[in-house]
This record gives sequence, structure tokens and C-alpha cells, in this order.
Amino acid sequence: MKRRMPLLISILLFGYAFLYIPIASLIVYSFNESRLVTVWSGFSTKWYGELLQNDQLLGAAWLSVQIAALTASLSVVLGTLAALALVRFRRFRGRGSLEVMVTAPLVMPEVIIGLSLLLLFVAMETVIGWPAGRGMNTIVIAHTTFAMAYVAVVVQSRLAHMDLSLEEAALDLGARPLKVFFTITLPIIAPALVAGWLLAFTLSLDDLVVASFVSGPGATTLPMVVYSSVRLGVSPEINALATIIVGLVSVAVLIAGFILWRQEKRNSMDSN
Amino acid sequence: MNRVRQFKPEEPWQAPEEEPIVRIENVTKRFGAFYAVDDISLHIHQGEFFSLLGSSGCGKTTLLRMLAGFETPTSGQIFIDGQDVTNIPPYERPVNMMFQSYALFPHMNVADNIAFGLKQEGMAKSERQDRVAELLSLVQIEQLAKRKPHQLSGGQRQRVALARSLAKHPKILLLDEPLGALDKKLREQTQFELVNIQERLGITFVVVTHDQEEAMTMSSRIALMHEGRIEQVDPPRRLYEFPSTRYAASFIGSVNLFDGYVVQQDDDQVLVQCDEADSLLQVRHSQPLVPGMAVTLALRPEKVRVLKDFDEEAPNQLRGQIKEIAYLGDVSIYHVQLPGGKWVQFTQPNVQALAEQPLTWDEEVTLGWSANSCGVLTE
Repeated sequence: MKRRMPLLISILLFGYAFLYIPIASLIVYSFNESRLVTVWSGFSTKWYGELLQNDQLLGAAWLSVQIAALTASLSVVLGTLAALALVRFRRFRGRGSLEVMVTAPLVMPEVIIGLSLLLLFVAMETVIGWPAGRGMNTIVIAHTTFAMAYVAVVVQSRLAHMDLSLEEAALDLGARPLKVFFTITLPIIAPALVAGWLLAFTLSLDDLVVASFVSGPGATTLPMVVYSSVRLGVSPEINALATIIVGLVSVAVLIAGFILWRQEKRNSMDSN
Repeated sequence: MNRVRQFKPEEPWQAPEEEPIVRIENVTKRFGAFYAVDDISLHIHQGEFFSLLGSSGCGKTTLLRMLAGFETPTSGQIFIDGQDVTNIPPYERPVNMMFQSYALFPHMNVADNIAFGLKQEGMAKSERQDRVAELLSLVQIEQLAKRKPHQLSGGQRQRVALARSLAKHPKILLLDEPLGALDKKLREQTQFELVNIQERLGITFVVVTHDQEEAMTMSSRIALMHEGRIEQVDPPRRLYEFPSTRYAASFIGSVNLFDGYVVQQDDDQVLVQCDEADSLLQVRHSQPLVPGMAVTLALRPEKVRVLKDFDEEAPNQLRGQIKEIAYLGDVSIYHVQLPGGKWVQFTQPNVQALAEQPLTWDEEVTLGWSANSCGVLTE
């Protein structure tokens, strides 16, 4: 056992290096003095300062955040409803197809989601006149279609583990079904909703492919700006921006993970 | 340990003119082709501690859930206190239920859990607090009011669940395996507490249990269920001493069964011929039986005595050889094999500590019992 330890540790280190060295180098070079991304010439935070002057980037970032927040909220509502239908109502017409359709976006290539939604929006505009043009609205709708699938999966697993007799107990004590949902079910699955919200938020924030299909003039999200500016050459400003995004996403993922972990721990304590 | 409970007020099920608090009329519940509950009719009276006893899958929980309103009967009707509740949803029924998992709301503390039902009624806050305090002291957990369910032990959770289900003064309290999640020691202690609380409040309790000892200790009457039907409804003592079916006889306690046919009947004394016994078997039975009719005699192991000699003239005798002895501390169980191969078991109290075993392996013994100690099963 002892002899194997160095080998195990080196495998572990290699794994971490493979995953995180690219990100680490990006973060390191965001503090580079030089305009040339690959040449280190000293520590500086000036690119963060310049970032704040770049209206195009900041505007795109604000738009992305708005889209992500809207997408996350819509996804939580729709995903929760889908999960409730799948877990609580065991038998109903079309259950099988709902189950497949809810999870299909998880495995569908993004290019196909983007293209099909674009065709849908164009067709809808000619037939019913809505959505008039493409922009923030269409991006939110498009992101919601795939983000709600992730929310549904997270909420579904939480609901499946929830003791049904909790809801029955509330009914038994005189609460009507809707009241039971808001006073018992919702608070108990709340951690999954928060985790689902954060997940949907990050998914929407870093989506490039779907957004570039369904966005219109004047609605350019942050990943689209980054992508187009990198094609003209990587600027250290992008490194700084990327560092900030990595930081935000890590925090969100950590919070979601922590909430789920705490819930899991409480559950295992409950069942003891 | 088994204390057969004496029901204090005169037995209400003997008074047919009194309206029962629960009237189940020809209730059937089908899940697909499976009959979970099969045409059951049952009356439960005010103040009873009524047990639905049976092995898992016998339909007892389904029946309880139909009383609570979580399942609707496929056919038949349920009346509670004279009111037809067959299609009334659970939140409008005057009954409350204590769940097997306790189903305490994990995001509320003990006091809020107990107050939940009162809040739904729209009870004023000060009144609610008084009622919660009253209930906390009833189940002796005043000091736990601010705890969350996950900070409680199993026994404490059980008390919270009980207090919560009693909060609204239900006409009937339904309890699904109330002691199932507790360990043995705590279970025995809690049994008596449950009975005391029930007697103090006078609320009708309907309990689902698979544990015959629990049902025997607590109940005023027991309904023994088997495959969706009721085998027998009787007070514990009658159910044990006079089981009416083979299933009832073998489910409660252990029993020796003898198949035979009726030879003759004088008044209440019946003589039965059984090929496995060495003499005619005599038994007391007041219902008239036809000579030649096939019957089964049920003999409890503790009713059997060891006789000194075999008496050619006397009834109720068996001869056999002791093959196995199980020492249980308070009693020993002896397994005797008859010459025909049939096994009979009997128990003997271990009266003296460390006394030399009066009976030992491979010993030939003659067993006997009185005509009053045996039951007659006709189905």
C-alpha cells in the first residue's frame, strides 16, 4: 500500500494539472504588464482598469447577466413544474413523451437547438407576428428551453427523495393542496431550486452557440463579444474579463454544491 | 409482559343500538386486478383502542388510508360519526393520522409542527400557543419546543408526531405502525403510555400493526386481516383463546393443530377422533356439530401438561418422544414427535433456577390437557 502512494499522488497531480493549468495561466497572464499576451513583462492590474473603460464589453456583460437571471428564473418555474408532473403524477397521458422531451435538450447538440429555434422564431414572426425581430427575448426563450431540462433533473431527484407522507400529513392536518405545496413542498425542495437556479444561470451566462443563432442586432452577449474580439487577436483585457467570469462561476458552483451537500447531510441525519 | 387490557366501560360493541363512530360498509379497494381490501364491513365504537393486525400486504394500511381519505374505496361506503365521508378529501375529515415515518416537517421546529393543524383552522395565536404548551406537556417534551426534527431522537420524534396528530381534537386518531420505528425496550414502555393517553383523552384510536404482541397489549379489540379480508374481530383474550379460523389460530402465538372428525356431542362436550392421538379428544364447544363432520382442534403449547402415566380410559392424551428443547429463560419450549411423525410443542415454566432438568432429550412423555383448554375450528 505504502509503495503505491507516490504513484497515486502523481496521477492525482497530473489530473489536476491537466484540468487547471490552462485556467491558471489565463489568470496569471491577466496580471501581465505587456500588451502581448504570451510575453511576461511584470505584474500589473491595468487591464482590469481598462476593462472598466470598455463600454462594449460592459454592456455585453450586463446584457448577459440580465439574460442569465431571467433564464434562470423561468427555468426554475418550468423545470419545477415538469419535475412535479413527472414525480408526483405517476400515470397520465403523454407521460413518456414528456419525460423524453424534458431531458432531450441535455443530449441534443447545441447547434441543432440553436438552428431549430431560429427557424421556429422566423416562422412564428411571419405567421403570428411575434417575436418581432430577434434579441434579448429570443435568447431568453432559447436558453430556457435547455436550462429548464437541467433544473428539472435536479428538482426531480430532490422530489423523488422527499417523503410523500409529509404532504399527506399536511393534507391530513387540514391544509388544502395548494397550501400544502407552498408551505411544505416548496420549502423542502428549496435547496434544489436554488441549486437549479444557479446552474441555469451559469449555463446561460456562458452559452455562445445557441445565442449566436437566435440573437439579433443590438443583442450581443458577453461570450459573443469575447469570441469575436479573440478572432482579431487575444487582448489581455479578455484575460482579465475571463478571470472575473471564472471567479463568479466558481463561486456560484461552490454555493450550489454546498447547498446540495448540506441538504444531503441533513437527509442522512433524518433517516437515522 | 403481556398485559391483556381490561376495557373499563362496558363493552360498547355488545350494544347494537349505539351508533358506531366508524362504520365501514362493504368497502372494496382494487389496484388493477389486485384486491387490497375485499368487501370489508366493520364497526368501531367511541373510545375503543382498535387494532388492525396482519402481515404485510394484508390490506390493513390501505384500509387505514381510506379512513384518512388518502385512498377512495372502489366500492362501499365509510361513515364517521354518522356522516358519509367516502368521497370527502382528507383535509375536511374529522380524523387525524400519525404516520409510520412520523412525517414531521423538517423545516419547522417542534412547536410549529404541532401548531400546523391549528393554524389551518385559523385559531388565534395566543390560543394556539396555549394548546401547543398543553400538548407538549401531555407527551412530556416541553423542553424540546424549539428543536428541529433532525435534532431529536426516534422516541422524541414519535412524541412530536403524536402531539401533532392530537392537536385538533380528532374524533378518531389513526396510527400507522406507531411503535414500528422504536427499539424493543422503548416500544414496550411507549405501549403503556399510548394506552394511558388514549384512556385520558377518550379519543377512539385505530392502530395498524403487524406486531401481535403490541396489538394484544394495547387493544380493546383486534381485527385480524388476511389477504384483504377480516378473519376475526374480537378482544385480545378471545382472539387468543378462541380463534375461529386456522389462520387466526396460527397467526397469534403458536398452536398445535389436530385434524379429526366429530364422534359425538353431549351438551357442550364434544368427542373428536383424531388419528394422530392415542385417545379420543374431548373438547368444550357450545355450537351444535354434526357427527362425522371434519373439525380442527387448536391447542396452545402452554395448556399442555406432562402426565405421569398413560390412562387407557381418559381422553386428551398423546404419547411421544422429546426431540428438541429451546430454553428461553422464563419458559422452555419442548418439541415432541408422536409415533406417526407429527410434531407437537408444549411449554413449561422454569420454576426453579439451576434445578436439574426434569425432562430431557429422547425421553418418552405422555401429554394431556383439559377439555376447556382446546379450541374448535370449523374453517
